Amino acid sequence: MIAFIIQRLLQSILVMVAVAFVAFSLFAYVGDPVAIMLGVDFNETDKARMIAELGLDRPFYVQFANFVGNAIQGNFGLSYRLARPVDQLIFERLPATLELSFLAAILALIVGVPMGVYTGLKRDSWLSRIFLTVSLIGVSLPTFLIGILLILVFSVMLNWLPSFGRGQVVPIGWWTTGLLTISGLKALILPSITLGLFQMTLIMRLVRSEMLEVLRTDYIKFARARGLTNRAVNFGHALKNTLVPVITITGLQLGAIIAFAISTETVFQWPGMGQLFIQSVTFADVPVMAAYLCLMAFFFVVINLIVDLLYYAVDPRLRVDRGVAGGHAG
Amino acid sequence: MATSVRKDGAEKRRSVLARAFDSDVFYSFRRSPVAVAAAVVTLASFVGAIFAPWIAPHNPFDLRTLNLMEASTPPVWIDGGTWKFILGADDQGRDVLSAILYGARISLFVGFCSVLFAMVLGVGLGLISGYVGGVVDAAIMRVADVQLSFPAILIALLVDGVARVALPREIHDDIAIYVLVLAIGVSNWVQYARTVRGSTLVERRKEYVQAAQVIGLHPAAIMARHVLPNVMGPVLVIGTINLAIAIVTEATLSFLGVGVPSTQPSLGTLIRTGNNYLFSGEWWITIFPGAALVIMVLSVNLLGDWLRDALNPKLR
Amino acid sequence: MAPPRANRPLLEVRDLRVEFPTRRGTLVAVDGVSFHIDPGEVLGVVGESGAGKSLTGTAIIGLLEPPGRIAAGEILLEGRRIDNLPYEAMRRIRGREIGAVFQDPLTSLNPLYTIGRQLIETVSTHLDLSPAEARERAIRLLQEVGIPGAEHRIDHYPHQFSGGMRQRVVIALALCANPRLIVADEPTTALDVSIQAQIISLLKRLCREHGAAVMLVTHDMGVIAETADRVAVMYAGRIVEIGPVGDVIREARHPYTAGLMGSIPKIGRHEERLAQIDGAMPRLNEIPRGCAFNPRCPQAFERCRQERPRPVAAGRSIVACWLYDGAAPTRATTEMANE
Repeated sequence: MIAFIIQRLLQSILVMVAVAFVAFSLFAYVGDPVAIMLGVDFNETDKARMIAELGLDRPFYVQFANFVGNAIQGNFGLSYRLARPVDQLIFERLPATLELSFLAAILALIVGVPMGVYTGLKRDSWLSRIFLTVSLIGVSLPTFLIGILLILVFSVMLNWLPSFGRGQVVPIGWWTTGLLTISGLKALILPSITLGLFQMTLIMRLVRSEMLEVLRTDYIKFARARGLTNRAVNFGHALKNTLVPVITITGLQLGAIIAFAISTETVFQWPGMGQLFIQSVTFADVPVMAAYLCLMAFFFVVINLIVDLLYYAVDPRLRVDRGVAGGHAG
Repeated sequence: MATSVRKDGAEKRRSVLARAFDSDVFYSFRRSPVAVAAAVVTLASFVGAIFAPWIAPHNPFDLRTLNLMEASTPPVWIDGGTWKFILGADDQGRDVLSAILYGARISLFVGFCSVLFAMVLGVGLGLISGYVGGVVDAAIMRVADVQLSFPAILIALLVDGVARVALPREIHDDIAIYVLVLAIGVSNWVQYARTVRGSTLVERRKEYVQAAQVIGLHPAAIMARHVLPNVMGPVLVIGTINLAIAIVTEATLSFLGVGVPSTQPSLGTLIRTGNNYLFSGEWWITIFPGAALVIMVLSVNLLGDWLRDALNPKLR
Repeated sequence: MAPPRANRPLLEVRDLRVEFPTRRGTLVAVDGVSFHIDPGEVLGVVGESGAGKSLTGTAIIGLLEPPGRIAAGEILLEGRRIDNLPYEAMRRIRGREIGAVFQDPLTSLNPLYTIGRQLIETVSTHLDLSPAEARERAIRLLQEVGIPGAEHRIDHYPHQFSGGMRQRVVIALALCANPRLIVADEPTTALDVSIQAQIISLLKRLCREHGAAVMLVTHDMGVIAETADRVAVMYAGRIVEIGPVGDVIREARHPYTAGLMGSIPKIGRHEERLAQIDGAMPRLNEIPRGCAFNPRCPQAFERCRQERPRPVAAGRSIVACWLYDGAAPTRATTEMANE
């Protein structure tokens, strides 16, 4: 167990270092930070001072080490575009994105998993066919288009729900939440459906195909041959075995939701990190890009780590053989 | 997720073409009305896109033909619409239908090129990884693992962003389309590489690889010839589904304003610009390009779905 | 050798036909198969892979996978038809009256649950026992199948057992509710040769102790010779010969059976090379007219190519071969009886 976690942690650190290196390379080699920061007219003394200030005259590995050291403390310098500390910018926008992503993920899971199980078990029923057809349309609808359609129907035509912003938010410490006010909740509805719909169809299709896969296995056939009830076979045996792959993909999908939030935030002018990132890409705002990249990588690494641990909890084969492996699992 | 391939000997000896167009596949094609419909729509949108300059009622890029007086004309079936603009006109008097045809052209071009790029990159790396093994294999697969844990769209955005920073603005607009192809292609190679690598590992242990060495042929060349027909089916399936993904990715990037430049609008760009007029009631400027995009992606997806089932009957 | 014949056979299969509709026409995988199993008897079913022996077993436990289906014939358990029962009624018979042992013990057990949980759920599905009693029974079953330290091993996961041990667990699972028939489909094929004999003798001993009859499906004539009371030989979906195991082995009547026996190496006899039957079993869509074996049969004559042979009595066996059907058929011989 400990060895497993340590191994996973080392891998995660490796990924983080690789991503940090990419981010650092952005800083060091892409574009000319000095020129960008000094503006159009500058003289050689200014330039030399700036280079010294940024540490650009030092050897490569020292620069990288400095970068990593600063990054760990959340220090990514000043945004070229807004001339404010990047960490401050990001922390201002983090709650908006996380709240939206969290809600979308819950939606995708609580609707997607049961639909997948149902279509896997009753694959020839008419409801399954409808679900499948709808899911294929869902997979083919780009997130931003879903948002536009929802806005057209519920904001423009029906005028029920707001089409932009977070509504009224309540600060809790440094965090701001839209979950405590009516306008905040109303503002969350359309964006979270938009963001969750695509992942929901994906999760449904995944659960279905895993379910079908598992239902074909020998142990399911043998469970039927033992005369177990359909309920025990389908939900006791089949569903638990589909959990393992479903956990992985769902974990990755949760990460994807945070990334896909970029287009949802753009459609709904949601003041989150995604919008900040896309603006930084348009304006070549390297510090913000680098910080966003590192933060994303951190999220993904953490999610992957949690997924691995869940794996471990679900699948006894991963546990080290040490006699009785903790009684019944389930 | 499991696109395992049957690898019996008989299957292997058949040629690529014979396998791809095996009568079983054709049979299931004829039997599936959805697949036929999807193929027809896909084909129609390809033809419409490729021959846009000849089919489209107007050339949306020819500024002289635009008349601001005709701006925001609604579709023909709504009061004030004319047959001149069947699907309406945008804020500059551009025919929406023509813009869609031209836009689809760019969307499809980027989609196809990036899939091709990803395919070549992925199949190549997969072959190398499986054949050379050792450190090279470990390195390639590690990169694949890391990349796979990030959503493709983020990778594409990153590559695009880097290009934007690295290239001066004037140059960037000119080559934006190729940057996009590169960005989307790079974000999608992993699946091909994994499939091909797996198949290569199986092939590599076979005796003819050693035999090839004995008679002085380069085993890699021989192997590629044996591996490729074997993985053609799955690669084709991945390619089809990836075409849909690539088109969506391109549209998303263009919608976000970091895709193709506005002088060469793709469907995503059209949706982006049209989106601004949603609230003034001119929904057709954005909804029709959106519908065109969905129909195109949906039919490609349906084709991919059907192809996967047809080539891999086990999964039915 | 065979136990005394009871009044009524435990299982009776009459003219069973299993079909797989495909687009190139319907494949008949099991064609007109009839046999019976007496209480406590071991019937071996032998044949090459694809002969339809496993499908016959699967049809009996009612788990044919669509599109495969029983197209004709009937299956009777103690005189009661079970081939047309609704799913729920058949489910109550599976495990309770008919147990099953599958080929591969590595894949027969759910990897995510302890063997104890799998045993207990099977016991409680069929028997009205308290959880403690069910667990006790599970432990006793594990002891019976020879798992050392059963009280402690019951809480282990399948991956913590070797292949042979897992097959013992599978047998324990099949015996959970004391069924009267066990359908064992190639129970030793996936195991090490050294363990095969152990498992076979265990299966035989336990079934005798529990009074269960066994339908033992295998391609291994050696296993049949050691275990079975009677043996049915299948070829291309049909039974070509059925009779007491000693008779079939010593004086095989059907040329296919004779060929099959000839391909078993015998200790003590030095032969230049093993006898073998030329050619291969036809694919299901290419079964020839007349006797399915005729293209490979060294003794085939015109009639074999035209008419399908009827089962006729030959000694204590029943054979479907024109060589033994000299006279006009009598009513009695068209039935597959064993005495």
